[in-house]
This record gives sequence, C-alpha cells and structure tokens, in this order.
Amino acid sequence: MSPLLEVKGLTKHFPARGRGSVKAVDGIDFEVRAGETFGLVGESGCGKTTTGRMLVRLLEPSSGAVSFAGRDITHLRGRALRPLRKDLQIIFQDPYASLNPRHTIGKIVAIPLQANGINPAGGVRHRVQELLELVGLNPEHYNRYPHEFSGGQRQRVGIARALALGPKLVVADEPVSALDVSIQSQVLNLLRNLQRELGLAFVFIAHDLAVVRHFCQRVAVMYLGKIVEVGTRAEIYERPQHPYTRALLSAVPDLERLDAAGRIRLVGDVPTPLNPPSGCRFRTRCWKAQERCATEEPALVPRDGGTQQTACHFPETGPLR
Amino acid sequence: MSLSPVDGVVLAELEHSGEPPVPPPGKRIVGRSPGQLALGRLRRDRTAMVTGVVLLVFFAVALAAPLIERLYGVSPRTQFQDQLDGFGLPLGYAGGVSGDHWFGLEPNLGRDIFIRMVYGLRTSLFVALAAALITTVLGVVAGILAGYLGGWVDAVIGWITDFALALPFFIFALAVVPTVTLRFYGPRDAEPPAFRVVVVIVVFAIFGWTATARLVRGQVVSLREREFVEAARASGVSLPHMLFRQLLPNVWAPILVSFSLAVPSYVTGEAALSFLGIGIVEPTPDFGAMIFRSIQYLQADPAYVFFPGITIFALVLAFNLFGDALRDALDPRSARS
Repeated sequence: MSPLLEVKGLTKHFPARGRGSVKAVDGIDFEVRAGETFGLVGESGCGKTTTGRMLVRLLEPSSGAVSFAGRDITHLRGRALRPLRKDLQIIFQDPYASLNPRHTIGKIVAIPLQANGINPAGGVRHRVQELLELVGLNPEHYNRYPHEFSGGQRQRVGIARALALGPKLVVADEPVSALDVSIQSQVLNLLRNLQRELGLAFVFIAHDLAVVRHFCQRVAVMYLGKIVEVGTRAEIYERPQHPYTRALLSAVPDLERLDAAGRIRLVGDVPTPLNPPSGCRFRTRCWKAQERCATEEPALVPRDGGTQQTACHFPETGPLR
Repeated sequence: MSLSPVDGVVLAELEHSGEPPVPPPGKRIVGRSPGQLALGRLRRDRTAMVTGVVLLVFFAVALAAPLIERLYGVSPRTQFQDQLDGFGLPLGYAGGVSGDHWFGLEPNLGRDIFIRMVYGLRTSLFVALAAALITTVLGVVAGILAGYLGGWVDAVIGWITDFALALPFFIFALAVVPTVTLRFYGPRDAEPPAFRVVVVIVVFAIFGWTATARLVRGQVVSLREREFVEAARASGVSLPHMLFRQLLPNVWAPILVSFSLAVPSYVTGEAALSFLGIGIVEPTPDFGAMIFRSIQYLQADPAYVFFPGITIFALVLAFNLFGDALRDALDPRSARS
C-alpha cells in the first residue's frame, strides 16, 4: 500500500539577517500511511512545528518534496491548494490563540465549509451542530464566543473546525500541551476515538513522550532539524537505539523511581541551528561521540534488520534499563 | 514501564466531563460578544454617559438647524443694522444679548450669533465627521493591506505614509486651497459655498489617513502570526475574507478610538483653516470664521468671541473625553487612573 503522505528531503531554512540562515528543518524523510498515527517528538526548537506547518502548506518548504496520496503538493499555490485543504487539516497548540475572539464558535466551525463552497445536506448550521456534538460540545452553544469556554472546550472547537472538511490527514501540533493534565486525557481520548471512527491519519507533534506513547503507532524523534530515529511505538519506547532517544526517555519523570540512578543527563545546550555541528548533530552532547561522528553524517538506516531506523554510528542495543 | 505521572491519568478513559452546566430551561443561550461586553462597560462609565449626552445634543442641534431657525424666527443671513450703534457695535449689554437675539449680534454686519452658531455647528461637524470617516476608511484599507501582505506592498505603503507625514500640513493647505479654487473658478467667478467644504475635506483626507494606517498596520502585524489567522489560511479562505472578516473585527477597538479622537482634531483643524482664511468662506456660517472675525472686536465687543469660543471648547472637550472613555471600555486594561 502506498503511503498517504510521503516526505522526502524536506528542508526549511529561514534567512537570518546577515548571518546565513537558520536551518530549522534540514532534510527529513518519513511517510504516513492512511489511518495511521505518526508521532513527531523532540525538544523545543528541533523543528517539529515547522515540519507540521510545511505539511499543511502554511510554510513554503525551502527544498525537498511532500506528496499526498501520490500527488506532489510541495509547490501548489492559490487555487490548486484548495482541494488539498479539504484533505489536510491542522489542529493548533494554543486553544486561546487559535480561535478568532470576535467570531462565535458556530461561525468558526462554519468558515471552512463556507470558504470552500460546501453546502452540506441539511444546511451549514445543521452540519456545524453535528460537528460540535461529534467533539463532545453542546450543539446549543453554537452562538457563544470563545472567551466563554475553557481551554479544553476551545481545543474541541479547534478539532471540530479541523474535521469540518472531512480530512484524511490531520496534523496535530501539540494539541494538548497547553491543557491541564486531566483535560489532556479527555482531548486525547477524543482524538483517538475520532481517529478510529473516521479512519483519520494523524501527524501528532508533541514534546511529551507519555502523550505520544499513548496516541501514536509510529514515532519519529527529531533533534536540531533532523530525524535521528524512527520506529514503531514498541521499538522506540522499549528498545531505543539512538543515544538521544535513550537520554530523552530516561529523563521522563517516573513516580516509581524518584532517584536519579540510571538517568542519562545531557550536558550543555542544543547547538544553534544557524551553524549546526558537522557530522552527527548530536555529537556535541553525546557520551559516545568519536572522531568519526564529527566527519561523517550518519544516515537514517535500519541497524538490526528491523523496521526501526537510526541515524547513529554507534547505536545502542538491548532494552532500555 | 511507567513513563510519567501523566500516564495513569491519560490511560483512564475519562469521558467528556467538565462541560458547561446545562442552562435553566426556558432561557435561550446567546453568547455575549466582546463588543456587547464593551458596550456594557461604556454604559456604566459616568464620563462616557455625560459626554455622550452632550455630543448627542450637539448632533441634534446641527441636524435640526432649519427647524431651530423656524422656531427661533431669525435667518443666519438677516442683518439687523437698526440694532447697531454708529460704530457698528451692537446696542445693549454683552454684545446685544436680548430675548430676540440670545447670544447677541455680530458687530458691523449685525447678524444673529445664535443662529449662525447653530449653522456653524452643522458645517463643523459635517466637515469633521466626513474627514474622519474618509481618513479612517483610507487608513484602515492601507494599514490592513500593508500589515497582512507585508513585503513590497508594505514597503510602498510605508513610503507613501512617510511622504504624507513629511509634508507640512498648514503650508501645504495655504498653498493648495487658493490655487485649487483659482483653477476651478478663476479670480472673478462666485465660488459656491459647498466647493470650499469639499476642498477642506479633501485636504484633511490627504494628510489624515497616515496615523490610522500606521496604527492598523501595527495591530495587524501582531495579529498576523496568531494561530487563528493560520487556521483560516489552512481552511482556504480568500484574501478579502481574511482581511475583513478575520482581521478587521479584531482591530475595531483602536480604529473606533482613533476615529472618535480624530473628529475633535478635525473640528479644531477646520476652525484653524477658516481662521487663516483658507477654510470655509463667507457667507457659510462657521466657527473658525466667526472666531477670526471676532478677533478685531476683542476689545470693543468681547461677547462676540465668547459664545463661539466656549461652544467649540465644549464640543472638542466632550469628544476627547468620550474618546478616552471609549478606549477604556474597549480595552479595560488601560483604565484611567
């Protein structure tokens, strides 16, 4: 089965005045199959949000290619982009900034329908109320304003808006990181139910490893604009091979083991994306780094014959801990 | 392996709780928009209510000028030469104040000051409101385009703004107004009163839009990166929808405030132009022209300058206080101390 979304060598360089460019995303490849949940994790500033924005064409890629359902969408513009908008939608991180404060939530959910000239059976209003009900909101609240809702409810409105056009793939950009922990689980469960009921594919961007583990079937780990490891949930969480993935997982707080034993502490800061390190980008903070890491960039390839791919010259083996 | 304290909570299949309480039956659910909330705050502001009423009275007087003329029984053009003394000064106290002429008479020509002020209010408010409206529309369109599109559009609008700001207003007006009048009507033709009004409004429009354009541009630049703008783009909305449905409703507040503060500045600006003799010309009644004429009688008939002066002061003060109150109502964080 050919993948729904295929990303090849995707790059985004932001020009920085007089100092070259910020290499936010620097050549990443991955694919998402129909109905699959694909997680993209990494620290702040590793380029995961930029990647999400490029997938839905809110940002223009510097180079590389994105193809959706077998069609190259990298440089579609204006009118040609319209049909794509129906298939490819985005949920935003900040439920306070992502809804126009001057519009009622009914209007917010209706705008994608109206902008694309869709006239659903039973009328726009009926469809909007259906959508509100689908995401667990009271359809009677149709003509209320965003400021009258809590963060979790607003995020549901954002989800209803993304679903309005009946997309095949939804990019969820940290959809729960701005919410309280108890609300996070509700929204995550909603997303999971929707994914199952509607057969949606998700690109789920997050920095919270627990959330990604809960939601995603496959996971890619990003560091400084590159994917360093990609594999199934079990592979990434139980037998991570890249030192960075190991460090990231060991840093997750665990109620059962509050002592620092066995925890990998990364030293130093993430290098600047204006001038990333040569060779392996993680080598400046890696405890296994050797000469070869500085000269030769490791390719993202399967290291042990499985589906898991790791970009490291000296991958770890065996289960975590 | 438990990853985090979040894990257990996440895995617990909590179904939707924490929804808003079901409203009491019989009460329709209607959200209060931010605009309605601001109106509520305005209603509770005493300054806003008092100045609002004062402004309404001014508007009512200006609108009902012909009606007032009929009730008052005196036309703004009639000259009461029989009530002036040999020097052309009005007979009686305080510039000829009487039951027939409430605010007295003009020296020399002997026209009734009250009815001329009623009509002058009309001229002043019409010029000021028209100028404020035109400059606001121009400024909003220029600012919103520059702010959202950025790039070369922003650069070109920025240059034009800088150019308009660099021109000295009064020197420009002094040079342009007589030239334009001469061009259209020559030195001898009678110039229709409405023509000057249009010229003054156009002069204001050329200069006035820049402040609004800059204000709106700044607001839009800060809104442009907000996620709801990106969401609208991801929904595939058109450019006009983006500019006027998504962005404009969010910059209404500063636009309204700048409009309400622009009106009094045009009232004084128009009076200043008339005072310099390049604004509204006789016989059209006008505050600026009245004050200009009254200056030469300052010692002989001080009452002449008093009534128009105090009225224009009250008008401008009311507008400014109302504008301040409006700003507080629209943005509660910047309350007056």
